[in-house]
Amino acid sequence: MASVGRIARRTFLIGAAAIGGGVAVGYYYYRKPYPNPLEGDLAADEVTFNPYVKIGADNTITIVAPRAEMGQGISTTLAAMVAEELDVGLDRIKVEHGPASHAYYNATILEEGGPFAFFDESMTAQAMRAGMGVVGKLLAIQATGGSTSTRDAFLKMRQAGAAARQMLVAAAAQRLGIAAAELETANGRVLHKASGKSVTYGAVAAAAAAMASPADIRLKDKADWKLLGKPQKRIDMLAKVTGAPIFGIDVTLPDMLYGTVKMSPRFWAKPVKADLSKAEKMPGVIRIVPIETNYGHGFGIVAENTWAAFKAAEAIDAEWADPEYPLDSAAISDVLKQALGTKGSEMRDDGDVDTAFADAPRERIVEADYAVPYLAHATMEPMNATARLKDGVLDIWCGNQAPTLVRQLCANAVGIEQDKVSVHTTSMGGGFGRRVEVDYALCAALMAKETAGRPIKVIWTREEDMRHDAYRPASVGRFQARLGDDGMPVAVDMKIASPSMIASTLRRLFPSISPLGPDKSIVDGAHNQPYTIPNYRVTGIAAPVSIPVGSWRSVGSSINGFFHEGFLDEIAVAGKTDPVELRKKLMAAYPAAVKVVEKVAEMAKWGEALPAGKARGMAFTLSFGSWVGEVVQVADTPAGFLIEKVWIAADVGIALDPGIIEAQLISAAIYGLSAAMAQEITFADGLVEQSNFHDYDAMRIFQCPVFEVAILENFHKMGGVGEVGTPPAAPALANAIFALTGKRIRTLPLSKEVTFA
Amino acid sequence: MRLTVDGQSFDIDADPEMPLLWALRDLMGKTGPKFGCGIAACGACTVHVDGRPVRSCSLPVGEVTGVVTTIESIGRGGKLHPVQQAWLEEQVAQCGYCQAGQIMSAVALLDEIADPSDADIDNAMGGNLCRCGTYPKIRAAIKRAVVLKTAGI
Repeated sequence: MASVGRIARRTFLIGAAAIGGGVAVGYYYYRKPYPNPLEGDLAADEVTFNPYVKIGADNTITIVAPRAEMGQGISTTLAAMVAEELDVGLDRIKVEHGPASHAYYNATILEEGGPFAFFDESMTAQAMRAGMGVVGKLLAIQATGGSTSTRDAFLKMRQAGAAARQMLVAAAAQRLGIAAAELETANGRVLHKASGKSVTYGAVAAAAAAMASPADIRLKDKADWKLLGKPQKRIDMLAKVTGAPIFGIDVTLPDMLYGTVKMSPRFWAKPVKADLSKAEKMPGVIRIVPIETNYGHGFGIVAENTWAAFKAAEAIDAEWADPEYPLDSAAISDVLKQALGTKGSEMRDDGDVDTAFADAPRERIVEADYAVPYLAHATMEPMNATARLKDGVLDIWCGNQAPTLVRQLCANAVGIEQDKVSVHTTSMGGGFGRRVEVDYALCAALMAKETAGRPIKVIWTREEDMRHDAYRPASVGRFQARLGDDGMPVAVDMKIASPSMIASTLRRLFPSISPLGPDKSIVDGAHNQPYTIPNYRVTGIAAPVSIPVGSWRSVGSSINGFFHEGFLDEIAVAGKTDPVELRKKLMAAYPAAVKVVEKVAEMAKWGEALPAGKARGMAFTLSFGSWVGEVVQVADTPAGFLIEKVWIAADVGIALDPGIIEAQLISAAIYGLSAAMAQEITFADGLVEQSNFHDYDAMRIFQCPVFEVAILENFHKMGGVGEVGTPPAAPALANAIFALTGKRIRTLPLSKEVTFA
Repeated sequence: MRLTVDGQSFDIDADPEMPLLWALRDLMGKTGPKFGCGIAACGACTVHVDGRPVRSCSLPVGEVTGVVTTIESIGRGGKLHPVQQAWLEEQVAQCGYCQAGQIMSAVALLDEIADPSDADIDNAMGGNLCRCGTYPKIRAAIKRAVVLKTAGI
């Protein structure tokens, strides 16, 4: 693990961004709470207790769940945290996303942004986490990502519920003339059992909200939880089975115009020539306007309906400048491979790897080269946003994972102050990291400057969405191991080269901040795994390819889970060790990890003979604080390989909603399997070659395996949920295919080598 | 041109080439059917024309001759359709974006085959993509809907 000295020598990218935010403002500002953003926008007879709770005189209880609902169920679990302490059922409350506000900053994203493994609880690691948490508050970015929402909210949202409850009890005590200690709460009422007297929360809300916030907030013991720890009915389910207009694409406003964009298919390139005349004359087209943002250049089509805008976009005849990056996938791959030969940053360097390899006999060396492609997010809902710029005030309606960023960057783009921008965050038809970006909002905001105050809904075609993403970066890895006499690895050397996701993100979002130091996402999932190998080096190298790359469900771990766990399987085979036994031995110092591997092996009856034509593979990845093992069983059928069954064991520390967690683990595994089977974004002539679901498909129902999931709570810290099922999926599948065929596939997607049913 | 959608008659002025989906969403205010691909590859836009499932993103509105039904009118008398009820009970949806199309495909399947096999489900639902991977619950919900329908719920 990285030592103090090494930390001092390096500035981590996340640190660079942090310094931009100004750590120097000091402790006082850290302690000072942000103002409650609900104060200014209350209904009549409604009061607010803190940024998470509003109660009306009619006893309408509203909880603000200020994280992006992308399908991961976060609005339900966050609401349950407040409701648990407030003593109300989820069926008694309304849940809102709330406004964009620094009060809803996410400290946890940065806390785990340092170079330390999740299990590293050394003084240095803990100090850095605490420091990063402070920075998180100062930067105050309201963001959803990194599987952090429940971890970030766990204390503060329960406290919000408990504080409001204590204030309501105090106000009820005054009203009833009974000591607070004798009062109980249930279902939105304060009651006095002995006398049978009771008042609703609503009846005392105004008096309660006027009281000072309690200094001593008492939280329930876990044993007393009624909602948390148990599967809840999702609060968004009814809307989602009735086709209710909850998504950005469904926003409908009076007098609304429609639009789309045609951006340069070569990233960052400007139009050299453009003939708009044909498109401008098409029926339903109002005007075509140039668009320039940090994401690139192109045109916005303002029209009377979406179809007219789509047709006009197709009719624009434009020629684009040459790209600043290699023209095609082969040339990009060459740049990545060349980068492997250059100096990088050692993010893990245990023992003395060079010495361990110096005298290694040839037959004890295992070597392999791995590669994964660029990937698109391909959310079901294509990018879109609705904007209205009227009387100097900008309103933006869109699904997004970072409302304060949307507000800031749209204000800059339109040239108004941030306090003149309101962001209305809708439900998202998928996010997976795509809606951390703000390009869709910027396009709509800029187009709203051209509509004389009329709102405009700007929807991208699927083709535009597929070809203008912040992609999961392509990556290559070179791996070497030296085995001991017992077949166990005594040394591993891992080099991984990939374009820097953080440098790319800064270029789009904060171009004035220059990236400094290594990007740990290049090695995430490889340098921080709970394995003990005496000589263990993991080096990350940022490759100079400027195709936009960003966060894709599980980020670096989506790449390195495949590399690391595929290579570990190769070590097991070369050392004639069972892959499960190998892992258990290497992770013996981390009991939580061992228990996960034991559990998934037991569920899958690992080691029992299978009929001919079937085989299993396993993989394990610790990511976002959760320990996840997966076993995949494949069958060779006349139509191709079929993934028959997947077993998942995951230790999430504290399972707040087992139903939602199970759904997320399955979802994330399917997301990873979809990519591993057949997805890749390739380039020719500087353009993305894929355009729609016919050439960038995902798993279909007839390909979907049966799942069996176990949720464990052995580790003492809570882990994330939304992404952690993805990293082990691809390597478990590739390892199963090796077990079945003897064919080791080290380059994704697997469909380049084998056919799936 | 004149269209009957969800039991209501609409008189719209549209390019006959405009896909039914955009006529529904932009001209008739029917946002239940979703836009996903525009090439009939994902099923998010699935509606019924005379009871048969069609991908409305790829059907020119000028060619629509039958009665159109969207997710917004499959419930009756203030009650959810048994397929919607089954979706609710199985807690199927995650992001929910594809689910209107999934439900419309499932309703059409059960209208044709009262008790579908797994192969029937694969066949009828294979054109509906879900990026959240809700397929295991979709399968369970279709089976639950069979029971609910039989029980007359």
